[in-house]
Amino acid sequence: MATPPPARSAPSRMIRSVLHPLRWAQERIDAWVLRRVRQVPGPIEIARNRVYIVPTRFGWGFAVTIMVMLAGAMNYSNSMAFALAFLLMGLGLVCMHHTHANLVHVLLRAGRTRPIYAGEIAHFEVLIDNAASHPRYALAAGWARETNGEPACDVPPQGFSSVTLASPAPRRGWHQAGIFSISTEFPLGLFHAWTWAQLDMRCLVFPLPAKPGMPPPLSAGSGGTAGAGRSGQDEFAGLRSYQRGDALRSIHWKSLPKSISPMVKQFSETVEQALWLNWDAVPLADVEARLSQLVRWILDAEAEGRAYGLRLPGTDIPPGHGETHRFECLKALALFGQR
Amino acid sequence: MLPRPALTDYLPHRTLLRLLAVLLLVIAPHLWRLPWWEGVAVVSLVLWRGLASSRQWGLPPRTLKLVLAIAAFIGVYSVFGRVTGQNAGIALLVLMLALKLTEMRSRRDVMVVVFLMYFLLATHFLYSQEMWTILYLFMSVIAITSVLVDVHHPGEPLPLRTSLRLGGRLILHSLPLMVLFFVLFPRIPGPIWGLPADAGPTRSGLSDSMTPGDISSLILSSEIAFRVRFEGAPPAKKLLYWRGPVFREFNGRSWNQSTQDLLDRTWPVAELSGEPTRYEITLEPMRNRWLFALDLPDPRQLPAQSRIDRMATVIVEAPTIERRLIRWASFTSYVLEPELRPRDRERDTRLPPGSNPRAVALAQSWRTQGLGDAQVVDAALTMFREQPFFYTLEPPRLGTHSADEFIFDTRRGFCEHYSSAFAVLMRAAGVPTRVVTGYQGMEANAYGGYYLVRQSDAHAWNEVWLEGRGWVRVDPTSMIPPSRIESSALEAMAGNEAREGLGGLERAKYLLEARWDWANARWNEWVLGYGPEMQKEFLSHFGIERQRQMLLVLTAGITVALLLVGWVAIRRAIPPRITERALLLWRAAARRLAKSGYVQRPDEGPRDFVERVVEREPALFEPLHTALDAYLRLRYAGEQNTALEGEFAAAVKRIRRV
Repeated sequence: MATPPPARSAPSRMIRSVLHPLRWAQERIDAWVLRRVRQVPGPIEIARNRVYIVPTRFGWGFAVTIMVMLAGAMNYSNSMAFALAFLLMGLGLVCMHHTHANLVHVLLRAGRTRPIYAGEIAHFEVLIDNAASHPRYALAAGWARETNGEPACDVPPQGFSSVTLASPAPRRGWHQAGIFSISTEFPLGLFHAWTWAQLDMRCLVFPLPAKPGMPPPLSAGSGGTAGAGRSGQDEFAGLRSYQRGDALRSIHWKSLPKSISPMVKQFSETVEQALWLNWDAVPLADVEARLSQLVRWILDAEAEGRAYGLRLPGTDIPPGHGETHRFECLKALALFGQR
Repeated sequence: MLPRPALTDYLPHRTLLRLLAVLLLVIAPHLWRLPWWEGVAVVSLVLWRGLASSRQWGLPPRTLKLVLAIAAFIGVYSVFGRVTGQNAGIALLVLMLALKLTEMRSRRDVMVVVFLMYFLLATHFLYSQEMWTILYLFMSVIAITSVLVDVHHPGEPLPLRTSLRLGGRLILHSLPLMVLFFVLFPRIPGPIWGLPADAGPTRSGLSDSMTPGDISSLILSSEIAFRVRFEGAPPAKKLLYWRGPVFREFNGRSWNQSTQDLLDRTWPVAELSGEPTRYEITLEPMRNRWLFALDLPDPRQLPAQSRIDRMATVIVEAPTIERRLIRWASFTSYVLEPELRPRDRERDTRLPPGSNPRAVALAQSWRTQGLGDAQVVDAALTMFREQPFFYTLEPPRLGTHSADEFIFDTRRGFCEHYSSAFAVLMRAAGVPTRVVTGYQGMEANAYGGYYLVRQSDAHAWNEVWLEGRGWVRVDPTSMIPPSRIESSALEAMAGNEAREGLGGLERAKYLLEARWDWANARWNEWVLGYGPEMQKEFLSHFGIERQRQMLLVLTAGITVALLLVGWVAIRRAIPPRITERALLLWRAAARRLAKSGYVQRPDEGPRDFVERVVEREPALFEPLHTALDAYLRLRYAGEQNTALEGEFAAAVKRIRRV
């Protein structure tokens, strides 16, 4: 989840409402709106009534500049200065519409999200579709109540662009994306237009691997039941990413169009000596520490090219290796004890 | 897509260069008005900034910036003797804007620079409001706005054409709003807090000296000088000369009042005849010591605390600082000083030796032709009328021999130039002449039955002394065809078409210049002169009388204009309407699937998408495959089949939420 708003005590809220009435009002309105944002799988079309717009502090600065100019024009009875001040007044008002139009009627969709390890940053990709025949400029995405470091992108006419939202994921399991905003201050930075959205985006967070050092218990279930039925050099064991030197015939051609890099078929030569990683055999008391240790062993086994199986209470994953297998094992660990 | 991390600069290099170019554009017209060292400092700061960005030089330390800022203050103070007021203030503003370039680390710094550029643009109009300045205004505003667009586009800068187009479109959309504001925004009579001592270029005829060569522009203030109410019928238009200070000391360039005259307490001798014109004047506080009256005020019926000086100007003891009501009786028919004292004759024909040699030679040539005083006056007026002299409010600057340069070279000027040049000619020919300043003309107020005389009616004319007629008023400016007295420029142009002796090209040029002058006159009248009074008068044609009504109409107008602009802007954001039925049905199917959480990814074709869904939801196999088949056949195989469309629609309806 995006960081929840820090809870405030009633007196501090009251002081805030007096000291920063505008900001306070803004926060109240935001809170009201945020409660009404619904999570949807997408795509979300940003309708006209879903775009909020307020002047930025530069917008207020611009207004003050115009007022000073207008006062000067009145004092000197200078028609051209009047004309300039009025043109800029018009510009400010027109800019509001242009900022609004830069955001309205774009379509938001959830993009890809790569699994990560606990403690890393989850990156949620949001796709912004622009079906209109004019481009959109400098659209930024950010979590609700956070404003720093928003990445911005342009969206070409009848095309799409992606923005990435980063969110730290301290715990394993499914890391759900929170409410985020798509905002823009283009063209002049005088107005800030934004909309709230929550797409059904989640990122799988594996437990953090333990520090290397503890060797896997060899006795722990090697030669278990699941491995017994398999033998032979040509047993298909799974897929992994292509590496230099892999034989052409081992490439998994079927999956080539769908994946970014070619996949290579792996055959389980080592199934016989499959490593069984058993939950019960981990000499650690803490659940999370055990999971971390299992992750470490999986990664090590994968790096060594060994086949391994995972045995958790209620789940058995037969030995194997390769990307898919590793993913299955890590996923089981990530969601261990969670629904 | 992340914004480029900025070490010292908030802006990318190319955006910064654009900003610097626009900065130069906005500062440029001021450069020649500023002290030379400031121009050098500003240009080198801008160049240094551009180089610092491309060569990755570090920005100056705080102490150096502080020293530079203090040096700027000292520099401006040493030139102007002050740091406030119009000229010194602008000099300081330009320097500070250039110094701000040394710190552009954050968006705030950049915004301050951009807003200051907008502000600086307004200061140009204190010096010139000629018609071309509106082009400069739009050009500069589009340039600044485009830079502002660039600033708000992080990452790769937009192509120059794109940002100019975006900026130009914003300004184009703001135009109707500007016109509405300009016409309807309730104007209040200025000044609000008083003008600085050096405000504006000058006010014609109201200072205590007159230097035609120096003033290269004339402020067109529609401020009211005074209001007049006549007891009977107003006098004829050609008699409407409101007398103010008279100058008789000429040093070759400027006309001044002499201290001798200020001490001279004698009255002029005047023979008044006919019935006096009686009227009352409501004089606005102008902080000077003259009272303005029609030629010639009755010396026996002067207002309180005032006296008439030797040149028949009415002077008060203390400057007028509050609005004042004055009753006058003036005799429009008079002979002023039938006898001229010899020392006055000597002073009123005196010219500084060696000045304006060509004018002196011209005047003496008239004398050698044997012309008398009155004929010399006519010769000079004929010259102004028939030679291509132009009346302009933006004349070129003149050098040491201002009358020579005006008569023989530039031939463009306003009343001060004509009256000064005329006086030089007359004095060279030995005709006693002086320069009279004041106001000329008036305009009727439609409501109150009174007349208005504005600062823009300020005028300068001459008086020549002729034997037996005394001081006779001569207005050389009125000899110029598009004059402010007799006829409008256009009529004059039509009348001059029959003019002989002008070749085709020359005549075309003359007509063009007359047309330009006419346009300028309209511009001055309608745009520059659009103040509280004119606004009231103009809007009364539409039944808008009060300020509250103006605000109401303004609000309504702005609302409508904004709705239109909003519609134009939003229209560009609306996706084109889809008419292809297959696509519409496919979208409907996608919407239904989205409810169950299945969304087609951008890298996923329709077939892959359906496969993915069906793998998880076997129940949807039949409707999805029917829909997919129909979609592919209709959209990609180009089949025209209404039955198939019907099947497609039915299949879409069978896609249920799972």
